[in-house]
Amino acid sequence: MAWSFSGHTPVYLQIAQRIRAEIIRGTYPPKSQIPSVRQLALTAAVNPNTVQHALTALETEGIIYSEGTAGRFVTDNTELIDAARQEAAHQLVGEFVSRAAQLSISKDELIEMIKEEDI
Amino acid sequence: MSVLECRNLTKAYKKGYNVLNGLNIQVPGGRIVGLLGPNGCGKSTLIKIIAGILQPNEGEVFVDGKPVGEQTKALVSYLPERTYFNAWMRVEELVSYFAEFYQDFDKDKAYRLLKDLNIDPKAKLKTLSKGTKEKVQLILVMSRNAKLYLLDEPIAGVDPAAREYILSTIVGNYNPDSTIIITTHLISDVEQVLDDFMFISYGGYVMKQGSVEQVRMENSCSLDEYFREVFRCSQNF
Repeated sequence: MAWSFSGHTPVYLQIAQRIRAEIIRGTYPPKSQIPSVRQLALTAAVNPNTVQHALTALETEGIIYSEGTAGRFVTDNTELIDAARQEAAHQLVGEFVSRAAQLSISKDELIEMIKEEDI
Repeated sequence: MSVLECRNLTKAYKKGYNVLNGLNIQVPGGRIVGLLGPNGCGKSTLIKIIAGILQPNEGEVFVDGKPVGEQTKALVSYLPERTYFNAWMRVEELVSYFAEFYQDFDKDKAYRLLKDLNIDPKAKLKTLSKGTKEKVQLILVMSRNAKLYLLDEPIAGVDPAAREYILSTIVGNYNPDSTIIITTHLISDVEQVLDDFMFISYGGYVMKQGSVEQVRMENSCSLDEYFREVFRCSQNF
């Protein structure tokens, strides 16, 4: 199934975000190998150069590393993965709060609503 | 070296009415390029000139450094916008025909793709629907190991599920030496497989070109939205 992308941010950032989420979730555990550029390009139906760009960005972040021709692997630095998790969570909460603010829901109301939700 | 270069290309079907007007393009290897523009802006004309089917009035075209001619036809795999097969032929006969015609044709690949798309190799072309015929044609074109692929509206007539498969085929076929040029109006469907885009405007010149990611970064909109903005048709009530 091809991945779908939103129009407003570069596709490579959206791919990077998606792979980062898989790492945080543990689909790709520390030290495991992630799929090749070619495989990812085929499953996502995305240009291989774009996938390459996304993986390079993740490498710069340090969350994955390249081992020459053997492929790319998830870092064993769990602190780094945890930091990525925190950052992703903060981002999500930030968006959520600002959208709630657009509906003029107060902070207390919001907290009450969250408590009532089953997570 | 660029896989494709067009210099000062001009074409008129009728004197004084230029379809292409001094068009210049240069495309390096390993790129998937979207050739986009409104109806009648000269996209298919350009593609036909590159394929060596039409002669330009002025200008030169080079494929892999060679002027368009006999030699370049072996390097270029061209998907016309219309199907041109003989109705009495069977799909498998066509495959053999292509295999004989083109040295770079990969028969195994063709049969694999036919199987994936549930097309019976024994079927006669006249029994196939329009969309299925288009799929057969695309399979034949993509089963060559060409330097340059020219795909004129490759997904217009096929269903969305097959569209996805075709795009994966195009991506899967990718190799760093060859270049793929796609014309289409279904920009939102193809934009994620494109590296670069070229907007051809009325009057046949390159109006804008660049990388798709750059468009998203600079304008925070998709290529599809960008196209709509650039070529907006104004309404006069």
